[in-house]
Amino acid sequence: MIRETLIQRFLRSKGTVVVSILLLIMTGAALLSPWLAPHDPYNLEAIDIMDSELPPKWQEDGDDRFFLGTDDQGRDMFSTILYGLRVSLLIGAGAVIVQAILGVVIGVISGYFGGRIDSFFMRLADIQLSFSTLLVAIIALAVFKAAFGAEHYASLAVPMLIFVIGIAEWPQYARTIRASVLAEKNKDYVTAAHSLGSPHGKIMFRHILPNVFSPIFVISTLQIANAIVTEAALSFLGLGMPVTHPSLGSLIRSGFDYIFSGIWWITSIPALVLIIVILCINLLGDWLRDQLLLEKRV
Amino acid sequence: MVSPVNSIITFLLQRCLQGIVVLFVISLIAFAIQDNLGDPLRELVGQAVSELERENLRKEMGLTDPFAQRYTRFLADALAGDLGMSYQFKEPALKVILEKFPATFELVLGTAFIVVLLAIPIGCFCATKPDAILSRAVMGLSIVGISVPVFLTGIFSIYYFSVVKEWLPSFGRGDTVRVLGWESGFLTTDGLSHLILPCLTLSTIMLPLFIRLVRSEMMGVLEQPYIRTAWAKGLKKRRVWFKHALKNTLLPVITVGGVQFGSLLAYTVLTETIFQWPGMGFMFLDAVNRVDTPLIVAYVVVVGIIFVVTNTLVDLTYRIVNPTVDIQGEQT
Repeated sequence: MIRETLIQRFLRSKGTVVVSILLLIMTGAALLSPWLAPHDPYNLEAIDIMDSELPPKWQEDGDDRFFLGTDDQGRDMFSTILYGLRVSLLIGAGAVIVQAILGVVIGVISGYFGGRIDSFFMRLADIQLSFSTLLVAIIALAVFKAAFGAEHYASLAVPMLIFVIGIAEWPQYARTIRASVLAEKNKDYVTAAHSLGSPHGKIMFRHILPNVFSPIFVISTLQIANAIVTEAALSFLGLGMPVTHPSLGSLIRSGFDYIFSGIWWITSIPALVLIIVILCINLLGDWLRDQLLLEKRV
Repeated sequence: MVSPVNSIITFLLQRCLQGIVVLFVISLIAFAIQDNLGDPLRELVGQAVSELERENLRKEMGLTDPFAQRYTRFLADALAGDLGMSYQFKEPALKVILEKFPATFELVLGTAFIVVLLAIPIGCFCATKPDAILSRAVMGLSIVGISVPVFLTGIFSIYYFSVVKEWLPSFGRGDTVRVLGWESGFLTTDGLSHLILPCLTLSTIMLPLFIRLVRSEMMGVLEQPYIRTAWAKGLKKRRVWFKHALKNTLLPVITVGGVQFGSLLAYTVLTETIFQWPGMGFMFLDAVNRVDTPLIVAYVVVVGIIFVVTNTLVDLTYRIVNPTVDIQGEQT
């Protein structure tokens, strides 16, 4: 049997293609939100409080200007969701980059040198994994928030969230990369590099690293979904993005107070967007992981 | 050659030592929070006190002592159970936290009950009949379950069951009874009806995980030689599945259960916020908004201890039940 390339297998899996297209559209729309959104939710002058809490267009009392209705401050829901999705994706991607860099560097060093360095980092990873990321993030951000005060904290929220979620999850990468490095480091090309007198740093990051790259893709996909959910949860608790620059999580939070009075759209629509994004990323990640396992077996 | 008993003792000591080191780090973090967050003087004295008097008071309270001295004092107090007075409640912070503990614990217990009751039978079914439509549906649903964040499940269930249908209460614990100093909601119908939504919400995050785990473990066990022997002996299906296979499935499930206990504690912060459940997490967020430093410190310490103790216990049980586990936890 002739082996298909990853792209051919991808095109054959209809569900995965649909999911990817959906994800691509949403990501694209979010990234282009300043040009695509009909209103600017950050521009306080353009917002009229008289427009607040309008239901979506298709309902009674709906307004033609606001397709998905407006939130409690009179912001257009559609635009605010686009901007919010952009913030969520930005933090998710940022946090995953921090995790990946930390995790890959530690994983490669651990696997390559072994011995004491290895047992130290792996024990550290064990301990860190035994604490729940979400709880660590909640406590860390809560302390930052109490220390800086809510106003000052709001301006620091993006780097804080990226930093905390990023630091908390490095062991996910480090463990996998370490295992792959252990499998690679006794291969001939590494021995050859050694005998040519290459320095350790060069062997680790120029020779071994490119050969252990594929698991990084799989972990990253699933980790982005995790990071986005964590960010949403933190923002929902009031420890993340402020309402003035909302992510999906803070939008859901601001709408939560209104569901008891039957105003469902402020919470439900961003919630639905969040669920669809996470579901798509998870499905894509699962598919990628299956392909990788398949490749190993062949 | 190290004897097995010796190696178990080494392992016990190693894990306990590790636990102590982690607790030490937690105490350092807690101290750093206490030392840097808020000004204890501001809580004690008003605006009228002059800068000189403040300076003297600072010296008197030992706030200007060197780091080691202040930390030792903090540690000694903490070991004696004194983590300071809560600014808001004017009571010892530890006492305030521990009073909220039953509410959180019952939430976790109710969830664990639902998860065990559902995950094991459903997981077994999916493992023994992997091609059944129902099994496929369960596996499909489980990825949806994993993808829906727990706070959204909470919001949607409040919206449907409390706002639209008005079947179940949406906030608080309802009537509770005090039994042996434990405030319990398990013993009144009102308390139980308040538990249903938060516990169901929490279990939606754990159920998919455990169903998948039980399924994959059981499928692995069913391929083992001793199961083939059992089939060869002509034993009935039920006997092989539930008597022979299930037993060996449960060990990893228990371990993961112990580890997940910790993340469940994190999710209670979310659930408690949504359902205004008067537990530790709800109170912690409240303390953060009021910058009630002693209460924040007490929460960090209590949660830290819960994590370290459960993890150490899980490790030890696993090692004792399954002696083949390598001590160093080496994986290649």
